Amino acid sequence: MIKFDQVGKLYPGGYEALRNVSFEIAKGELAFVTGHSGAGKSTLLKLIAAIERPTAGTVLIGNQNVAKLRPAAIPHMRRKFGLVFQDHKLLYDRNVYDNVVLPLHINGILGNEAAKRVRAALDKVGLLGKEKAMPITLSGGEQQRLAIARAVVSRPSILIADEPTGNLDETYAAEIMNLFYAFHQVGVTVIIASHDASTIAASGAKVLRLDHGAMTS
Amino acid sequence: MKHWISLHREALRLVLDRMWSTKLATLMMLSVIGLTLSLPAGLYLVLDNAGRLAGGIESDPQISLFLNIDASNETVKALDKQLRSHKMVKDYRFVGRDAAWAELKQKAGLDDLAGGLEKNPLPDAFIVHARSNEPETIEQLRQEIAQWDGIDHVQLDTAWVKRLYSLLQVGRQAVLVLAGMLGFALLAVVGNTIRLQILTQREEIEVSQLIGATNAFIRRPFLYAGSLHGLGGGIAAWLLLAAATTLFNFSIEDVARLYASDFRLTMLDGGTILILLGGSTLLGWLGSYLAVSRYLSSIH
Ligand SMILES: Nc1ncnc2c1ncn2[C@@H]1O[C@H](COP(=O)(O)OP(=O)(O)OP(=O)(O)O)[C@@H](O)[C@H]1O
Ligand SMILES: [Mg+2]
Repeated sequence: MIKFDQVGKLYPGGYEALRNVSFEIAKGELAFVTGHSGAGKSTLLKLIAAIERPTAGTVLIGNQNVAKLRPAAIPHMRRKFGLVFQDHKLLYDRNVYDNVVLPLHINGILGNEAAKRVRAALDKVGLLGKEKAMPITLSGGEQQRLAIARAVVSRPSILIADEPTGNLDETYAAEIMNLFYAFHQVGVTVIIASHDASTIAASGAKVLRLDHGAMTS
Repeated sequence: MKHWISLHREALRLVLDRMWSTKLATLMMLSVIGLTLSLPAGLYLVLDNAGRLAGGIESDPQISLFLNIDASNETVKALDKQLRSHKMVKDYRFVGRDAAWAELKQKAGLDDLAGGLEKNPLPDAFIVHARSNEPETIEQLRQEIAQWDGIDHVQLDTAWVKRLYSLLQVGRQAVLVLAGMLGFALLAVVGNTIRLQILTQREEIEVSQLIGATNAFIRRPFLYAGSLHGLGGGIAAWLLLAAATTLFNFSIEDVARLYASDFRLTMLDGGTILILLGGSTLLGWLGSYLAVSRYLSSIH
C-alpha cells in the first residue's frame, strides 16, 4: 500500500535529509519510524502524506506515484491520511469543536453528521466536555489528544502520527498508544514516529530505523 | 447539489461570524467603500436630474424666420402655405413688419430714437414651433426652411439647449470615466482588506492545505467576504445618496415653492440601484479573487 523505492530527499538548502530509503508498509499494518533527533523521521512521514516530494526514487501510495501527481490531485491524496503533526498545528483562534470539525468541512461533511462525528472523536480521546474550550486553555497532553481527535475524525484509512507522546508522562503516553493500537485493531494503517524505545519494544510491530537519513533496519 | 449548497452556506456563515466579531472595522470598511461608490453614483444622479430639468425647459424651442425686407404679399402667402402643410411644424404665427415696428417702438419706449429713422428696418417674420424638441431635428428643419424662397435668415433660439445637451453628454462620459477609476480603487480597497484577512488566517490556510483542502475550499470564504464588502459598500453608497437627496429636497422646498416650481431631485431608479449593487458586489468578488490567487501562488 505504501512503498518507498530508493527514496532521497534533498531540502532546498542542500541538506540531504533522506538517502536511499526503501521499505513497504502493507494495508492495516502498524509501523514505527525511529531514530535520533534530525535523523529524518518527520521528513519520511511528510513524504508519505504528499506534503513533501522526493528528490530521488519513487514514493507509491496505493499504486500512485506521488511525484507524478497533478497539483490539483494532491489535496485529494492528502485526505486519505489522518495526520498528527509534531508541532500539533492546532488553530488557537478556534475552539476545540471548530478545530476538530475542520477536516470534515474539507471533506464536505457538514451539519448534524459532522457534529455527531466530532463528538465521537472527542469522546475517544476523552475531551468530550471541552468542545467550547480554546486550545490555549488545555494542558499539553489535552492539546496532543485534540490533535489526535482532529486526525481521526474523518475516519482515514491511514493514520500518521509524528511523536504523539512527545511531551507526556508515562501513563498518558501509554493511554495514547493504546488509542493508536485500537485504531490498528479495526484495520487502520498506523504509522508512528517516535524516539521512545520503550513504546516500540512493547508492541512487536514493524520498525523503520533511521540514522542520518539512511535506513539501518 | 444539496451538498454544494451546504458547503456554500457553511462558508457564508463563517464569514458573517467573522464580520460580526469585527463589527467596527467592518463598518468602517463599508463606509469607505460606500463613499468611494457614492461619488460616481452621485454625479450620475445630478446629471440625471439636470437632464430632466433641461427636458422641462426646452419643450418649446422657437425658430424665427426673417423674410427678405422687400418680400411681397405673394411670398408671405406662399410661405404660410408651406408652413401649414409641413409635418414637423407644430404651430406658427405671422408677425408683420409694421406691427412689429409699432410694438417695438411702444414696448421699448424707443419712440424718440425710432423717430430718427425714417424707414421701418424690420422684415416680416414667422415664429415657428417644431413638433420635436431634439436639437438635431430642429437644426434639420432650420436648414430646410433656409432654402425656401423669400427667406433671408432663419434663427434658432435653441443654441443654449444644444450647449446644455452636449454638456450633459460630456458629463455622462465623465461619470463613466469616474466610475471606471473608482471601480479600480474599489478593487484595490477590497483586495487589500482581503489580503489583511488572509494574513491573519495564514495558519488556518496552511493547516487546511496540509490536511487536504483544495484551493477552491480556501478561496470560498474570502470570496464571500469580498462580495459582501462590495455589496455592503454599494448599500452604504445608496443610503448616503438617499440621505443627501432627501436633505437637498427638504432645503429647496421653500425656494421651489417661491418659484412655483415642483422641482425635486429624484432618487436613483430601480435599474440603476441594481447596477450599483451588482457592480459593487462583482468588484468586491473580483478584488478578493485576485488577492487570494496572489497569495496562493506565492506559497507554492
Ligand atoms: N524544510 C526543511 N528545509 C531544510 N532542512 C530541513 C527541513 N526540514 C527538515 N530539515 C532538515 O532535515 C533533517 C531531518 O529533519 P526531520 O525533521 O525529518 O528530523 P526528525 O527525525 O523528525 O527529528 P526530530 O526527532 O527532532 O523531530 C534535519 O537536519 C533538518 O534540519
Ligand atoms: Mg520530527
